[in-house]
Amino acid sequence: MSTGNRPLSPHLQVYKPQITSVLSIFHRFTGVGLAVGALMLAYWLNAAAYGPEAFERTQAFLAHWFGKLLLFGWTWALLYHLCNGIRHMFWDAGLGLELPQVRASGWFVYIASVVLTLLAWSAGYGMLGGSY
Amino acid sequence: MSLRSDLGRVRGLGSANEGTAHWWAQRVTAIALIPLSLWFIFSAVTLVGIDRAGFKVWLNEPGSILLMTLFVIALFYHMQLGLQVVIEDYVHNERNKIVSLVLNKLVAVFFGVSSVIALLKVAFGG
Repeated sequence: MSTGNRPLSPHLQVYKPQITSVLSIFHRFTGVGLAVGALMLAYWLNAAAYGPEAFERTQAFLAHWFGKLLLFGWTWALLYHLCNGIRHMFWDAGLGLELPQVRASGWFVYIASVVLTLLAWSAGYGMLGGSY
Repeated sequence: MSLRSDLGRVRGLGSANEGTAHWWAQRVTAIALIPLSLWFIFSAVTLVGIDRAGFKVWLNEPGSILLMTLFVIALFYHMQLGLQVVIEDYVHNERNKIVSLVLNKLVAVFFGVSSVIALLKVAFGG
C-alpha cells in the first residue's frame, strides 16, 4: 500500500499511558508470559514422570529465589489474565462499555489480581508453617 | 464452477477466511479455564515443596487427574489460540508468518500431549 506523503499517525510513545491502554497491553504481555509458564508446567510434569531425582531438581529450582520470583510473576499474570478475561467477556456481552465503567472495572481487575496473588502466596507460606 | 454468489461465499467468514471459529474457541477455552485455573492455583498452594511420592498421592485423589488433564488441554489450546493472534499482529513477512503459525501449533500440541502423558504416567505408573 502506497501512503505517499500523508501525515503519519502519532507514534504510540507520545500518548500518555492510561488505565485502559496499559491494562490492554498487559493482557497480551501476561498472555505471552503465561505461555512460557505453560512450558514450565509441562517441564515440571515431565520431570515427575521421569523420576524422583528429576522432580527433586525441578522443585529445588522453583524453591530457589529466582524460581520463586518466576512463580510469583506467573501467579499474578494468571490471576490478572483471568480477571481481565472475565472483563472482556462482559464487553463481549455488550455490558460495561461506557468509559467510566471501563475505567472502574479496570481498576477493580488490577486490585483484585494483586489481592488474590498476595492471598495465594500467604496461603502458600502458611502451608510451609514458616519454614522458609 | 460454484453456483454460490460472491456475497454468499464470503458472508460470515471475514478476512482470515475462517469466520468466528477462532474467536469462539478462544472464548470457550477461556470459560473452561476460569474454574480450572482457580482450582490449579488452589492445588499448587497445597503442593508447595512436595516430593514426587506426595505428588503421586495427590494425583490419585478423586478429581485430581481429571481436572489436571482438562486444565492442561484447555491451557495449551488457549495458549495456541492467543499466540496465533500475537503472531498475526506482529509478523508481517508472509513466509515467517506461516512458519511461526505452524510452529506455534506443533509446539502447543507437543507440550500439551507430553503433559497429559506425564500425568498419566505419574498417576498410574510405578
